[in-house]
Amino acid sequence: MNKYFHSVELEADLCCGCTNCLKHCPTEAIRVHGGKAKILTERCIDCGECIRICPHHAKKAHSSTLDEIKKFKYNVAIPAPALFGQFNRLDNIDIVLTGLKKLGFDDVFEVSRGAELVSEATRKLIKEDKLKKPIISSACPAVVRLIKIRFPELCGNVMPLLAPMEVAAKIARREAVEKTGLDSGEIGIFFITPCPAKVTEAHSPNYADSSEVDGAIAISRIYPELTQAMDHLTEVEQIGHSGLIGIGWATSGGEAAGMLGDRYLAADGIDNVIRVLEELEDEHIRDVDFIELNACSGGCVGGVLTVENPYVAQARIHTLRKYLPVSMNHIDNCDIEDMMWNRELEFDADIFRLDEDIFKAMQMMSEMEEILKELPGLDCGSCGAPTCRAMAEDIVRGKAKETDCIHKLKAKIQNVYDQLKNTI
Amino acid sequence: MSNAIHLHYEVSDEDFTRAGEASGAVKKRLKSLGYNPDAIRRVAIAMYEAEINMVIHADGGYCDVDIYPDRVEILLSDRGPGIPDVEKAMQEGYSTAPDNVRSLGFGAGMGLPNIKKYTDEMRIETTIGVGTNLYLTVRV
Repeated sequence: MNKYFHSVELEADLCCGCTNCLKHCPTEAIRVHGGKAKILTERCIDCGECIRICPHHAKKAHSSTLDEIKKFKYNVAIPAPALFGQFNRLDNIDIVLTGLKKLGFDDVFEVSRGAELVSEATRKLIKEDKLKKPIISSACPAVVRLIKIRFPELCGNVMPLLAPMEVAAKIARREAVEKTGLDSGEIGIFFITPCPAKVTEAHSPNYADSSEVDGAIAISRIYPELTQAMDHLTEVEQIGHSGLIGIGWATSGGEAAGMLGDRYLAADGIDNVIRVLEELEDEHIRDVDFIELNACSGGCVGGVLTVENPYVAQARIHTLRKYLPVSMNHIDNCDIEDMMWNRELEFDADIFRLDEDIFKAMQMMSEMEEILKELPGLDCGSCGAPTCRAMAEDIVRGKAKETDCIHKLKAKIQNVYDQLKNTI
Repeated sequence: MSNAIHLHYEVSDEDFTRAGEASGAVKKRLKSLGYNPDAIRRVAIAMYEAEINMVIHADGGYCDVDIYPDRVEILLSDRGPGIPDVEKAMQEGYSTAPDNVRSLGFGAGMGLPNIKKYTDEMRIETTIGVGTNLYLTVRV
């Protein structure tokens, strides 16, 4: 499997080479060369910020189509709880779940059910004091990837539990096999996703070699058909089996609230997340046991593959949660071991370091500091790198040259012009 | 030594909220060098505490950082009032920080003890009315 599979892609035809995505990428993973943006795949965490910001819609998230479910004999949709925040005046999630069945799925299993199991498992592990504190949630794959490439000291704090999507997929598959008698391979599990990071996770997860999820379909892709199906239901099946904890995972703070304690912190929006991680690394954040981090503002309802304003969706989620039991899924019958990662999160040291050899790296850094002194310091992005510092790094890595800086080039041309003028 | 990377930062006393910028910048550079993660963490914490001290007690100053392949040497120099009793200042919980910074969670009297804990060498040169030089070494 490709080590750096990404769901975020560029549509070169639509890209005009502007600097919008360049300036908004939190891991400086974009360069503009030859008038087109390019993603440095090893640095990309699939957060989708470039999709959000691109005014030309040149950034796309690859996600599955409804046609793909035809490859399987039996299909189960596993919708993210964020889906329930996308509909006006929805008071019963069964309408959405029945609607999904009308689109061709044989069954539906809410990811919020997996979320309640993860919440309960986390509470148990915290109580047993088995995890390194403060524990960082592993639910947002963009955040996990960010830690993996930028925060070596925090890799050990990431909770080694599967995300709700994966837990739900496992149970849904097991139940489908029992119900139909089909082989596991004949059953398709499709996540209805709010974000590209989850598409990537379904394809090449952070915590295992493969995922139980066969495909991830963007909420925005099925939204028109789904709302139409929901409008024409003759009968609403009773499918839903989630409590308020599970549904609450759709918004920032929902997972942390599921800890049923007050020693937690929840941050959302990628810049805020980075700030919290920096402070955690420096041990400035104390007195909290659990840290929930969501790359998108507002939490999963803020994912770039949703359709509704995240804050409207958040308000709806709050309304939907009213009068629901606290939790409807419990780990009595399942093994926590089955929900744990089967490998540790390892820091990927190669991504940002200048060289494996520290002497070489130091030499490169000295050169970088010298180059940086000569650059204008405008961080304008015209050279194709997001900042002058990134440009200096690209130069010492042999990926750019000083005259890519239009201000340097202008000075050079001026120089030539002056010399010519003097000779005439 | 010629193979060190030398960094210099002014620590301003005018804006308390900017304390910690120098340690953040050093941390970023050490990461690019692929430095040992534990050493990075110790440098970042020790330097941050020292920067905060400089802003709270000494109206700012400067810090010089030399990065070697096997160690980081840091000098934090201020023109503050000096430390009258170094031994006392090294005691956990001893603090002369004013209330306004205590309300931000600083001034718990852990600054110097923490710096000592996270560094391999620490030396204080202080003269009353002239200032303080704090020399720190963190080894990989």
